[in-house]
Amino acid sequence: MQHDAVIDYERQMGMENFHPSLVRGPVGAAADPAGEGRSPAPEPKLTARGVNFYYGSKQALRGVNIGFSPRRVTAIIGPSGCGKSTFIRLLNRMQELVPETRMEGEILLDGLDIMSSACDPSELRKRVGMVFQKPNPFPKTIYENVAYGPEVNGVKGRNLIEEKVVDSLKKAALWGEVKDRLKDSALGLSGGQQQRLCIARCLAVEPEVILFDEPCASLDPISTGKVEELILELKKDYTIVIVTHNMQQAARVSDRTAFFLMGELVEEGDTERIFKAPRDGRTEDYITGRFG
Amino acid sequence: MTAAGAAGAGLPVRARGRSKRRSLAQKLGFAALGACMAANVFFLGAILFFIASRGLGAINWAFLTQVPRDSMTAGGVAPAIVGTLYLTLGAVLFALPLGVACAVYLTEYSPKGWSAALLRVGVNNLAGVPSVVFGLFGLTVFVKYFGFGVSIVSGSLTLGILALPVIISASQEALTAVPQSVREASLALGATQWETIRRVVLPAALPGILTGVILSVGRVAGETAPILFTAAAFYVRGFPQSPMSEVMALPYHIYALMTEGTHPEIQTRIAYGCSLLLLALVLSVSLIAILIRQRQRKACHAA
Ligand SMILES: Nc1ncnc2c1ncn2[C@@H]1O[C@H](COP(=O)(O)OP(=O)(O)OP(=O)(O)O)[C@@H](O)[C@H]1O
Ligand SMILES: [Mg+2]
Repeated sequence: MQHDAVIDYERQMGMENFHPSLVRGPVGAAADPAGEGRSPAPEPKLTARGVNFYYGSKQALRGVNIGFSPRRVTAIIGPSGCGKSTFIRLLNRMQELVPETRMEGEILLDGLDIMSSACDPSELRKRVGMVFQKPNPFPKTIYENVAYGPEVNGVKGRNLIEEKVVDSLKKAALWGEVKDRLKDSALGLSGGQQQRLCIARCLAVEPEVILFDEPCASLDPISTGKVEELILELKKDYTIVIVTHNMQQAARVSDRTAFFLMGELVEEGDTERIFKAPRDGRTEDYITGRFG
Repeated sequence: MTAAGAAGAGLPVRARGRSKRRSLAQKLGFAALGACMAANVFFLGAILFFIASRGLGAINWAFLTQVPRDSMTAGGVAPAIVGTLYLTLGAVLFALPLGVACAVYLTEYSPKGWSAALLRVGVNNLAGVPSVVFGLFGLTVFVKYFGFGVSIVSGSLTLGILALPVIISASQEALTAVPQSVREASLALGATQWETIRRVVLPAALPGILTGVILSVGRVAGETAPILFTAAAFYVRGFPQSPMSEVMALPYHIYALMTEGTHPEIQTRIAYGCSLLLLALVLSVSLIAILIRQRQRKACHAA
């Protein structure tokens, strides 16, 4: 059992999957389809290797190694200030907007280093979408909010954009509630509707990975339920990473769970296993509520 | 005050004395504030009444639409109205893009660099320069050095520089009021920083920027000193023909009417008419600013 676990761990790290044929090139090249589909644990879409991160001289992440597989939901849990947001924001290079910070290590998307100069941050963010903790719709109409992504990414033609807007709103389970008020301000929606609008906005760009940073933190239980349902639905097509403070939520929506503590990835594995039989004492302490 | 009295009722005598004194101090304080306010309202009302009562008589359709006749003692002041509009419009056309660009640079691109710090000091100092100094500057630089002569162009540029600090600080305020989360949302969708500024941040800041523009219009329209050497003429036959021609303008016209000419009584009446026009212009412009701000607030808080 211990041995199996090590193999499983290595597979999740994506360590056995990096063969020499994965030469570096500009991000945007097609994904290697090998390993996707029938295989039970597909090759990781996104991999972090030896990631350290510093705010000035203060180290916020220490040697994080983790892989995120396609069509899986990975939950990141851990006490406040342990570096969850810092880590997830590295995955789409949002963190480089924070001045005086420094990163070490590698983050690979389909085997290509996203930090390399060949990778354009806006191209990357198109492929790795993000939904934030607080709903942050643009002060524009509902329609314009969703159309914005396709527009800046060069989608031409009114009909095509409209199609994408409708499609994304449907996928985000918001269409029924807003189809008669697409021309109204997005700021008039409820918090839960705004968050689903932000999800629709993200989907309209057709990303491959979606990062959720505590997407339900400001929502009531009903809206939370809707967003969780949505995540389970989206899982069929996307690689999903979700930061959450809510252990029940992690258990409900995720296939894999990663536990962070003080900038370190303490443990990562099948969600059920993490919650039933954590290997590290600190994980156990956290999930049983002894600290954090 | 009644609350203080009720609380004092159950207290020992000394504490009651103290609370009485405190409530007296409060009463005196409020009375003083009220008196100051009343004085303000009184002066404002007096100015408005004074100008309106003397100016209204001069204003009629001919006053608004005709050119002056008989050495300014008859006819209208239409060229001066048009001149003021041209000068103000020119100043805004020049100062708006420059001011907004400057504010975008300061808030979005380089909020911490030394060049931004220098620019900020410059802008703040610009705001404190007396307007007649701008007039001299305009004379030296635009009229003489660039050879624009005494013209609408020179006057507009000079007034534009005068308006810059107001526009820059209003724009900066409006830009910093746009939440960071909205910028992040745009960047996270794959927009570049420039697209984010152009398509999300600037539109969101637009009402605030417009408020600044309109306030600066109020200031620019009424300025005399900056156009004294750069654009204004006491009398120009007919309406301005090109951007390079001299113009009449309301504030300068008032000044000229009161200092030159041979018919002081008639001229004073016309000057009050012009003052009322100018006041109406500035007030209506401020009113527009208020309306825009209210519409923005509504758009932000409800559907
Ligand atoms: N801009 C910053 N400058 C300096 N330190 C920062 C900055 N942002 C975060 N930190 C620090 O980095 C550490 C990790 O922060 P992070 O926001 O990633 O935590 P988190 O796990 O997301 O917490 P929470 O659950 O409260 O959102 C914290 O100790 C925090 O104080
Ligand atoms: Mg966080």
